[in-house]
Amino acid sequence: MELYKQLLYILGFSFAGEVISNVFQLPMPGSVIGMLLLFCALQFKFIKVHQVEKVGAFLLENLSILFLPAGVGIMVYFPIIRKNWWLLLLITFITTGVSIGFIGKLVQWVKRKYEEDAIDIKQKGEQK
Amino acid sequence: MFQELTSNPMFGLIVSIGMYLLALEIFKRWPLPIFNPLLLATVLVIFLLKMGKIPYKDYYEGGSMLNVLITPATVALGIPLYNTFHLLKHHARSIVVGIVFGSFVNIFLTGILGLIFKLDHDILASILPKSVTTAIAIGISEKMCGVATVTLVIVIATGIIGSIIGPPILKLLKVEEPVARGVALGSSAHAIGTAKAMEYGRVEGAMSGLAIGVTGVVTVFLAPILLNLLGHWFM
Repeated sequence: MELYKQLLYILGFSFAGEVISNVFQLPMPGSVIGMLLLFCALQFKFIKVHQVEKVGAFLLENLSILFLPAGVGIMVYFPIIRKNWWLLLLITFITTGVSIGFIGKLVQWVKRKYEEDAIDIKQKGEQK
Repeated sequence: MFQELTSNPMFGLIVSIGMYLLALEIFKRWPLPIFNPLLLATVLVIFLLKMGKIPYKDYYEGGSMLNVLITPATVALGIPLYNTFHLLKHHARSIVVGIVFGSFVNIFLTGILGLIFKLDHDILASILPKSVTTAIAIGISEKMCGVATVTLVIVIATGIIGSIIGPPILKLLKVEEPVARGVALGSSAHAIGTAKAMEYGRVEGAMSGLAIGVTGVVTVFLAPILLNLLGHWFM
């Protein structure tokens, strides 16, 4: 029953997230609240990583397939974007390019200016 | 009788898993960003349904089972966030500053362009969270009355475009810090960008993965606020 137990934990956090999002009418999706709840529970040692690790890994390693049914839904929704799909692509192209360049430059600048010990930290991070 | 069989939940599940595995094989053989497994599998399933004249509703009987798991899978993202949290603490300033301002520019520019091109409100809401990982993006989009499927398609397109144009842009702008490269790719092109970041090295990969979570949380707040502001000023 180990896997079901792990699943129960993750479903519990998911449901709690949905409940909080709905009851308090928050703009934040329940799934994100659940994610933060799980993160806090791990951080404050209410649960340990090994108690959710296996099911978590199963869900995350195969995350993409979960979006397939929603993606196939485009065959129903295509009329909505038929007239401007190329505009959406153009916007995506421009904004993604700007975003990558901007973030890359900004992070590099802040890092070189304020985080001198970059190399040491990098190695420490890798060892963990 | 045919209809009875295709509306059996088993049908949608088998088609989904089978076509995804096939797409994965094709991607393994030709690892080009355009052969993104999810994109390829989507095309394959649609092709199959059109050929067999099977309505989406029938396929979704089984497909919904995968769909239900999106929320728990998003919650599970809390685990890698916990595992990489020490990296965030060490590089907190550059990562947080980069992602907050970067996401702001990204969402704001998307909104402005959307208004210039006169997109409908629900389409605009659907594309604002496009740089965030799919699960969170759909949650954000639905909260803003967007169309989940449009969000999904544009999120995948963003990932593919980002992983293709990202490396040349970073090279052109002389971005050489591993942390900067990783955060730029993960924050702009989520998991598909992270796959590209991993080709640079492990630090880039870890940073990129971390950036996905942080960008998700930042966008949850920024997207509705900016949508409201843009709506106020221009609509």
